[in-house]
This record gives sequence, C-alpha cells and structure tokens, in this order.
Amino acid sequence: MNYGPLIFLAAFIGLSASWFGFVLTPQIQLGRAQQATNTVNTAQLYPIARPGLAQEGLEVYKANGCFYCHSQQVGQTGTQVNFILTEIGTNPVAVAEGLLTAKVGLTNANAAGLSAGLPKTILRNVPIGDAKKAAKVTRDNGASGTVEVVAVGPDIARGWGIRRSVAADYLYDSTVMLGSQRVGPDLANVGARLPDANWHYRHLYVPRSVVKDSAMPAYSYLFKTRKIEGRPSPDALQLDEGFAPENGYEIVPTDEAKALVAYLLSLNSSTPLFEAPVTVATAPAAPAQTNSPAQ
Amino acid sequence: MNASCSTTPSAAENDSTLRVIDASCRPPLVFLFCGAALWLVVAWAFALIAGLKFHSPNFLANCSWLTYGRVYPVSTNALLYGFAIPAGLGVGLWILARLGRTTVVQPWIIAFGAKLWHFGVFVGLVEILRGNSTGFEGLEIPKAGAILMFLGYMLIGIWSLLTLYVRTERTLSAPQWFIIAALFWFPWIFTTAHLLLTVFPVRGVTQSIIVWWFSGNLRFVWLALVGLGAIFYLTPLLMKRTLHSEYLALFTFWTIILFASWNGIPQGAPVPAWMPALSTVTTVLTLVTLLTFAVNIYRTCGNGCSTGQNPVEGKFIAFGSIAFVIAVLMSIVGLLRELNPLVSFTWFTVAQADLNVFGFFSMTMIGAILYITPRVTGFNWACSNKAKASFWLAAAGIVLYTVSLAAGGVMQGVKLNNPQIAFNEVSRASLMPLRMSTLGQLLILTASVLLLWNLVGVLVRIVKAQVNPVNANSVAAAEVKS
Ligand code: HEC
Repeated sequence: MNYGPLIFLAAFIGLSASWFGFVLTPQIQLGRAQQATNTVNTAQLYPIARPGLAQEGLEVYKANGCFYCHSQQVGQTGTQVNFILTEIGTNPVAVAEGLLTAKVGLTNANAAGLSAGLPKTILRNVPIGDAKKAAKVTRDNGASGTVEVVAVGPDIARGWGIRRSVAADYLYDSTVMLGSQRVGPDLANVGARLPDANWHYRHLYVPRSVVKDSAMPAYSYLFKTRKIEGRPSPDALQLDEGFAPENGYEIVPTDEAKALVAYLLSLNSSTPLFEAPVTVATAPAAPAQTNSPAQ
Repeated sequence: MNASCSTTPSAAENDSTLRVIDASCRPPLVFLFCGAALWLVVAWAFALIAGLKFHSPNFLANCSWLTYGRVYPVSTNALLYGFAIPAGLGVGLWILARLGRTTVVQPWIIAFGAKLWHFGVFVGLVEILRGNSTGFEGLEIPKAGAILMFLGYMLIGIWSLLTLYVRTERTLSAPQWFIIAALFWFPWIFTTAHLLLTVFPVRGVTQSIIVWWFSGNLRFVWLALVGLGAIFYLTPLLMKRTLHSEYLALFTFWTIILFASWNGIPQGAPVPAWMPALSTVTTVLTLVTLLTFAVNIYRTCGNGCSTGQNPVEGKFIAFGSIAFVIAVLMSIVGLLRELNPLVSFTWFTVAQADLNVFGFFSMTMIGAILYITPRVTGFNWACSNKAKASFWLAAAGIVLYTVSLAAGGVMQGVKLNNPQIAFNEVSRASLMPLRMSTLGQLLILTASVLLLWNLVGVLVRIVKAQVNPVNANSVAAAEVKS
C-alpha cells in the first residue's frame, strides 16, 4: 500500500490552513481598511500618510536597523475612568452632598475639601457609570466637571504613549517595523515626547553627549565633520565640551540624518480612536521617565 | 567512527550498496556542507561584533557597514539561511537516498543548486551590509539575493524529490515524511512572504502578520521537520537499534503540521485579538509534539543514552534533542499569561530563538555532518579530537549564551514593567548578562572554526586524491571502516 501522495496532500492542506488564517484572512479583515474619521471627539482624519521627507527617513531607519533595538508598539494593561471637577459653582455644599448621596465613590474626607485647588481629580479609577453620574450631579448643582478616560500600564507610565497602539496606526506605513526588542525605549510616540530636532541630532551623533551612559550605538557616520569656511553652518551641531570637534571644524547632519530625524518627529500616534479611547486634553502629564535632555 | 549501519540482516550486501549510495551524495553534500560551515563562522563572527557594540557604543561607529542594525541581521541570516537550511537540505537528501535505497539523481545539478543558494546568501548579506535590508525581521535578504536562493532551492528540492521518486524501497518511513513535507513547505512560505512583502507589498500591520507567519513557519515548522527527521533517522543508527515507535513519530509529524504552523504572532501585538490568541493556543498544543518526541527518543535509547561510549556525532545529536525540548518549552512558558509581559521585548526571546536555531537545529546538523561526511567522501576526519573539542566548546557556548540571555531577559522584563525604574537603569542591568553571552558567542565561534577546519581538511584531501588518485585511494580504503 502506498498512501504517499494522499498523505502529502493532507499534510499540505494542514500546513496551508495557517496560510489561509494568517495570510489571506488579514488581507480581507485589514487590507481594505480605509482612512477614517473614527477618532473620538474630533473630526480629524486619521491616520495620515507621512510627509515626503519623513517617508525617506523611514528608509534610513530601516537601512540602519534601528528596529532591532526599538519597538514601535505601545501596550496598555487596561483603562481607568476618572472624574475631574473643574468648577465648583456657587453652592459647594450642595455639590458635595449630591455626590455623597449619589454614592459614586467619593470619600467623606475628599468631600470636605472639594473646592480647593480646582481643577482636580476627585474620583479615580471608578466605573464609567459612576463617573457619568457624578458629571450629572455636579451639573445639576451648578458645578462642572469632566469624565476622563486614561490608559494604564507600564508602557503608559513610562510616557511612551497615551494609549495602546492599534492596527489603524500603521495603515499608511510600508515597511512596518513594530520591533521585537526593547533594548532602547519604544519609539511609537517619540515625536510627541521629544519634539526637538537638535536634541535628536546630538543624540544620534553621540548618544552619550545627551544621555549619560547611554547604551545606544553612535551614528557618527550620518554626520560630516568639515572645516568652517566663512560663517559656521546654521545646521552645525551644538555639542557640549568633550564631544565637540576641534576648533575651526563643525559637525553637520547629512541628508540621511535630516530625513531620519524628520521621521522620528513624525512618530506620534496619540489620536484617540474608538478601539483605543482616551481623553487627550486632560490626560495627566506622564512622569519624566524618558531620557529627554536633563536640563 | 565505529557506528555500523546494519539494521537489516544481510550486513555485507547492505554495506556495499550503502557505500554506492553514499558516494552518489558526494558532490552535492560537499558543496552544501562546506558552504554551510563557512557561513556558520561568518554568523558567529558577526554576532560577536554585534555583541561588542554593547560594551562600547562607539565601537566602529564611523562605519555604516558595521553598525549594529546591519551586523546583527547578517549574523542571524547567515546562521539561518547560510548554515541551517543548506545543512538541512544536505542531510535531508542523504536520508532520502539512503532510506529510498537509491543513488542520487544527477548529483551535479544539486551541487550547482547548492552553489546558487550560497551565492544568493552572499549577495543578500552584502546587500544588508550596504543598507538594503527589507526591514522585515527574519526575511531581511532583499529580492536580488532571494531570487538566487529560490532558484538554488528549486534545483536542490526538485532533484531531491526525483531521488525520492526513483527509490527502490517503496515504503516510506517516518524520517522521509518529515523531510518531504519540509521540502515542499519552504518554497511556499518563502514565495508567499516575498510576493506580499517585497514584490507587491501589502500595507500596514498585515505586513507584520505575514512576517511573523513566515518566520514562525521557518523557525519552528521547517527546522523541526528537518531536525526531528534527522534525529529519528540517526539516533537509532548510532544506537544500533530500531526507532521505538514509527507511529509515535508520525503522530509527532502531524502535531507539527497542525499546531506549529500557527505559531509566531506575539501577544499584545496591534492586530485583531483573535490572531495572537489562536497563535498562543496552538503553540501551547505543541507540548504534544515535544512529549511524543521525547518519549520516542528516550525509549529508543533506553539506558544506552549514557554518553560514555557515545561517539561525538551522537553527543551533538543528543544535545540537539534536549535543546529542542527546552526551546519549545521556553516558547510555551513565555506565552503564559503571567510570564508573557516579563519576557516579551526582552533578551529572553533572543535566547529562545537562538537555542532553537543553534542549540537544537545546528547542533543536530553538525552531528549529522560529522557522521555523514566520512561515509560520503571516503575520508575520515583528520583529527577526531577537533570534533570532540568542537562539541564541548559549542555546547558550553550555547548553554552559557542561552542561560545568561534568558535570565538577563527576565530581569530586564521585570525592570521594564516597573516604571519607577529609569530606562537607563534597565539597560545597565542588562550589561552583565550581555557580557556573559558574548563569552558564549566566542566559544561557539571557536567551535565553528574547528568544524570548518575539519571540513576544509577533507576537501583538501579530496582534491589531492583527484590529483594523485593511486596514492590517495589506498589511504582512503584503509581509513574507511563502516
Ligand atoms: C543597540 C541598540 C540600539 C540601536 C541599534 C538603536 N538604539 Fe536608539 N536607543 C538605544 C538605547 C539603549 C536607548 C536609551 C538610551 C538613550 O536614550 O540614549 C536609545 C534611545 C533612543 C532614543 C531616545 C528615546 C527616548 O525616549 O529617550 C531615540 C530617539 C533613539 N534611540 C533613536 C534611534 C534611532 C533613530 C536608531 C537608528 C539609527 C537607533 N535609536 C538605534 C539603543 C539602540
């Protein structure tokens, strides 16, 4: 008996099942996704394609393999609903009593000092229903406040983003480099976190010139050292002592470095989406956990 | 080299046919193995350069060719495409010829395919160094190299299947199943990935999904099929027994086909949630693969596993078998809900991947190469101490490398998950494990150099034999005992 061909047909179908699952299905589920106004509370179009120079920078990012050390995907472990009191109105006592009787999780101690230091978060991590109830009670009593949705998790706490990354964030990218390692910080929102191009130039030229003991390799080949002729170039890097070139010379970024920095600055996926809602305006400032300039 | 190949009664008749079969494998195998051994050295040399970057970030910073983001992918690609796949194809061809009891069909065509493949890898690695990587982890080699590799593969693959087709022993046994499935599966995943990523690129995260699918299938399914196929064939041979259970081996085969092919989509990835969920469930199910494999091999060896009399080929293969079990366990454990956040994005994943590609697959292949080469070429190893030394160096190296990176990775993960710890603190804590892993890399590099040296020695003797046939033949005849 020789079942050979039959067996191999079966094996091939078995293996191909994963092809249907992970190659074909995503095409159908995601491949046709469109740019959409599915942003929360704004009529903003999202995502938008990167401007030309930033797209060139993506190629530089790829060519130099930045993604072997940097991920571009933020995770969150959950969301938290807070209620922020912004105005107390004319009758603080009524507001406090209203909130207490509504049983939305306000403690007596907090109720006492309600009007001090507004705006402030008076309810933290409560069910969304309670927060909405609190909003209604405050409004009814002539005060006002906002319900705030924030993402939580270690990535968020590190200031790497204000919400998790979702498929829509990458809709227009070709060569998506999500990364698998975090030898360096996540860069999904580095444009929002470190908006200063000059910082990036100095950092790429010699990371240790701006971040003490940085473990990131230097990219000095993306820069040119040249003799100053006439006036110094406006692009020249302002380096600290010990990193600066000898007198009469200056360090200028190459076109590649310029494109790369444009790309880094374009990395920003903070727009709230229905699949990853957050409140933007009132989101608490992230603690200074990035390696941003320590001045 | 005292392992005899007689598992069938008429040993004498058997030996002479086997020798003819082995000899027919010579041209393709010499090309496949020598090229592979060269790439193995390249792989670990580049891994060492990449590792040194962590000790001194300004090391070679002026040279774009040698930046971390280029030397690191060169090392992984040289290991996977340069060493693992050609070595696997060579071993697979030899097993198909032996089990089919037939000589290889037109061996020179396969040898040419091997040259083409290795040349493709060379082109691809140079392109990566020049900054032309595709940017997809596990598939960095751009089109130019990939096309050459694909053509080379097709020559090797089609003529391997022709060799299967003309076999005189019609019944297929377990190792053949593994190898044939692998032969078919690679072109399918390779062309799918290249068509959808470099030729007509899809957009957005579907790219990443395809890369994960490809890479998972190559690293888990392909390597497991070829590696386990070789282990199922060689272990009984070395132990002078028969495989404990052919049926159990076939069961292992089906679990790889059905479960392992879905692995690879990481949890928490920004993709529809069912994908990582499905991937996790199926990866956990590969526990069955692992158990059936382990039981089968353990039963085959019985108490003969004691390494005392085990020849060095056997040591390599035993190491590979154990590493397979550990590597699969690591991937399963890393997916558990409590542990996943601690290991994702850390060095742990690198440790797991390299234990799989090097500890399991490459060690098994080196064992097989050590066993096969003397039989195929007619020349014994010039110095069997070198082979022994290379085993201990490679084994110690990969253990040191894996343990330090896995432990360091968990530490890194714990720290990354605590936002109170500044990022630079996390980096600093990884330095010690990285240093130790560099030491491991150095040991493995030394072992690879020894392997290459050994193979070059054989090559030199083959060439000498061509030049001066009479003298060399008598030497060869005296040497070969099996
Ligand atoms: C060998 C690993 C490695 C590679 C490759 C690498 N980086 Fe980094 N990167 C780090 C580490 C470690 C840090 C944290 C220390 C620091 O800020 O310098 C970092 C920090 C950064 C930061 C600051 C992020 C923050 O939140 O403070 C940016 C921006 C950055 N890298 C961009 C790049 C770019 C662009 C490339 C490619 C040209 C690159 N990195 C390649 C390791 C790496």
